[in-house]
Amino acid sequence: MSENIHQQTEARSVNLTRDQFVIIGKNLEKMESISRPSLTFWQEAWRRIRGNKAAYVSLILLILYGLLAVFAPMFSRYGFDQQDAYAMSQSFSAEHWLGTDSLGRDLWVRVWMGARVSLTIGLLAAALNTIIGTVLGGFCGYYGGKFDMIVMRIIDVIYGIPSLIVCILVMVVLGSGVQSLIIAMVIVGWTGTCRFTRGEVYRLKEQEFVLAARVMGEPVFTIIMREIVPNIMGLLITNLTMAIPSAIFQEAFLSYIGLGISPPQASWGVLAKEGTRMLKVAPHMLYVPAFFICTTVLALNQLGNGLRDAFDPRLRGTE
Amino acid sequence: MDNNILEIKNLQFSFRTYGGVVKSVRDVSFNVRKGEILGIVGESGCGKSVTSQCILRLNPEPPGFFEGGSIKYRGEEIITKTDKEMRKIRGTEIGFIFQDPMTSLNPTMTVGKQIEEVFVGKGNMTRKQKKERALEILRLVGINEPERRYHQYPHELSGGMKQRVMIAIALVGNPSIIIADEPTTSLDVTIEAQILDLLMELRDKFQTSIILITHDLGVIAKMCDRVLVMYGGKIAEKGTVDEIFYETAHPYTAGLIKSIATLDTSKEQKLVPIDGTPPDLFAPPKGCPFAARCEFAMPICSEEQPEDHRLSEEHICACWLQHEYAPKVSVMKGMEVQK
Amino acid sequence: MSKTAEQREPLFEVTDLCQYFHIARGKTLKAVDHVHFTIYKGETLGLVGESGCGKSTTGRCLVKLYKPESGTIKYRGKDIFTYTKEEEKQFRKNVQMIFQNPHSSLNPRMTVKDIVGSGMKLHGLATDKDVDQKVEEILKEVGLNRDHMSRFPHEFSGGQKQRIGIARALAVKPEFVICDEPISALDVSIQAQVLNMLKKLQEEMGLTYLFIAHDLSVVKYISDRVIVMYLGTMVEFADSEELYQNPMHPYTQVLLSSIPVADPKLVRKKKRILIKGEIPSPINPKDCCRFAERCPYATDECRNSLPPLRELKPGHFVACHRAGQF
Repeated sequence: MSENIHQQTEARSVNLTRDQFVIIGKNLEKMESISRPSLTFWQEAWRRIRGNKAAYVSLILLILYGLLAVFAPMFSRYGFDQQDAYAMSQSFSAEHWLGTDSLGRDLWVRVWMGARVSLTIGLLAAALNTIIGTVLGGFCGYYGGKFDMIVMRIIDVIYGIPSLIVCILVMVVLGSGVQSLIIAMVIVGWTGTCRFTRGEVYRLKEQEFVLAARVMGEPVFTIIMREIVPNIMGLLITNLTMAIPSAIFQEAFLSYIGLGISPPQASWGVLAKEGTRMLKVAPHMLYVPAFFICTTVLALNQLGNGLRDAFDPRLRGTE
Repeated sequence: MDNNILEIKNLQFSFRTYGGVVKSVRDVSFNVRKGEILGIVGESGCGKSVTSQCILRLNPEPPGFFEGGSIKYRGEEIITKTDKEMRKIRGTEIGFIFQDPMTSLNPTMTVGKQIEEVFVGKGNMTRKQKKERALEILRLVGINEPERRYHQYPHELSGGMKQRVMIAIALVGNPSIIIADEPTTSLDVTIEAQILDLLMELRDKFQTSIILITHDLGVIAKMCDRVLVMYGGKIAEKGTVDEIFYETAHPYTAGLIKSIATLDTSKEQKLVPIDGTPPDLFAPPKGCPFAARCEFAMPICSEEQPEDHRLSEEHICACWLQHEYAPKVSVMKGMEVQK
Repeated sequence: MSKTAEQREPLFEVTDLCQYFHIARGKTLKAVDHVHFTIYKGETLGLVGESGCGKSTTGRCLVKLYKPESGTIKYRGKDIFTYTKEEEKQFRKNVQMIFQNPHSSLNPRMTVKDIVGSGMKLHGLATDKDVDQKVEEILKEVGLNRDHMSRFPHEFSGGQKQRIGIARALAVKPEFVICDEPISALDVSIQAQVLNMLKKLQEEMGLTYLFIAHDLSVVKYISDRVIVMYLGTMVEFADSEELYQNPMHPYTQVLLSSIPVADPKLVRKKKRILIKGEIPSPINPKDCCRFAERCPYATDECRNSLPPLRELKPGHFVACHRAGQF
């Protein structure tokens, strides 16, 4: 065995020269070098979103829907409430891409007008929920104590009341419309984000880097904004993405039972409601809005899943 | 010569990541004999844990994969075994003690159940037999009131107690090898001493071989018969414990020994650290992985990988300083060249 | 230490410090119980003990991360909980902390430059213009360079992260630094690097350290005086050389003999004192010697009354009824 190794050594020594065997000592530059490429948190998240096909396709689809909602009604020949007695309940055609409804209104335009309302409500309600929830949850988690207890009890009460009842009450008091819809959703919606943020902040505030900032004498506001919020940003964005579909659903549901937007104003819920009435005559009137609700919600959920994985610190640096 | 129960030859194990392949274990060979305690020492990221987990195929595959080499347990190749075959080996042939007893026990299962888990799918024992065996093993690892502990959950036990349960789980199937991955790192010194004594006792009683992975040279000195020093995914030096400590041949081993503060280090004395940071195995250096931090580095060191030089029956050192062309230096004493 | 106690300038005076956590009705975790010591300017005071002995809690009380249950902490003669805004700001600049876990002590979303530079800016030691240069200077002190400034913590190894943590603490030119187990999470070869660096910086900047660790050999190496703690109480307090030559408390003796020595021949010869059992829970401890349960020399007296900290030799304090008898 030892013979063998020695022979190998001999064989390789042939190419070696004595001047390769001079002691030169440590290489100070190489010692501290970092060979991995530098990626910021957002670059890395973006790289992973792109690697996730479902999430990437969803993102593109959502951007497309957003653009269409803004521009499609502008460039259409028809107004969203323009009736045409000669073209009622028509199916898909070159004239009317998605057909017409029972009053002869062009569905293509109405779908994208509806998208404006539905997406706005979804985005606004989810964003307001997140903002209110984060701020309150942040303070609850950081300070704890009485304030925290009061907020938590309020949340318990809101959880205790069926959300539908809250929505109906708000509608009755404020009248139906986009504004009151959003208000109703925010009243019931912020609680989840608040609890979630509170937990995260509670966990983070004991982390050593937050303690270090406290020892340094950083003011509380700076600590929350610089040390804590950036570290829950990923989770908040994920949360927000997941909250939008439920807001869209809720709007559709409320409009469907007649509590939300009322015609001729369009929203996906309103369109679906009109569609069900004509189901036997013109089934496309239900299928079209239903298709857009489904794909949007699905895409948002997929994107949310992708974002959650992308922001997960445990998955950093892996495939 | 033939009391080798485990033979590892030219083992290479890597992980695929987004930026390329991380070569965690690069050409590692060693064997484990019956009844010995083999220490593997090295810094985090040196590949010591990955190597030990390869033996039980505990590394996730993928992203991990074998690039080459063989692991032979009693003459049987481990690398080509299926999951089902591996499950038979785990626990009954080779036991594993994890580093952190706080997280490696299942919090929802009683201690007794977790010990009996090992028997699932292996032979047919009655419930009573299983319980008796579990109680016996709990007594063996020095747990007081085994009857009561048997029905307790992990959170009801202290840290040292949990580590004893981990050892019990590793031991219950009568394995011939136990792999202990930093078994005492998360414990306090007084508890550490107890656990190390227990492991020694078990070895003496059952002639179990123990592979002890640690970064603590004190633990190595106390426990081991033979030692592997790993650096950058390779074995830098291996030999008996006395050879490693008193006839140190590799500059890295010497650096490790010199850098620790002992009770005899006086305040005025300066510790001799190894400067710099271990290499990133993402892009392993071409030559010797230690070259950049080595005070004896030569031009050859960063060009060619050093060969294994056999210094005695057991003592092997992978360093260019052992080459006939190299200047003769004492790695322990520093730069004074001995002529 | 040639100076006598009168000549030395006390920096921190801790009197009768108690820190209890009330975790449930009738359950009190006595993390720190009647701890009493003074830290003098320029020295390194070691605080050693096993997990749950209250050493970290003591350290955190000193930087006001906790408000103690009772007792006073005076910094330069003034109670640290009675500060005005201006005094508070001075205190925050002068007293810094280095944390145990290099992986969680740096904000993962901030670059090294921001981590090190924000304290300097806060305390007016750097402006937006010269912060780059000042951060580079301090990074050089800890062996890092310009290239590392725009990188994020996760790109560094444990030892490098810990050095960034040190740079952050020292960037504001403090006079007192609490080192809370600064090397226990690091690799052996890196530990010496960090220890040497702390020593070097102490000499250069005239720092005073409170060095918290569980490893006695490290504490001995770096400290002038050492406090040994067990379950929230101080059991022994002496000059470090004296403590290791002549440990008087049975717990200190056990700790010293349990350290694994990296010398196989010595290990085989060494006699060890083994103790049974584990550290009891610090919740509602009995009012007696905390070590009595595990102590080989315990008598009824130990199990019934709490031994006071007595000065058995000049500067050597022991809390044991039977100290000196074995």
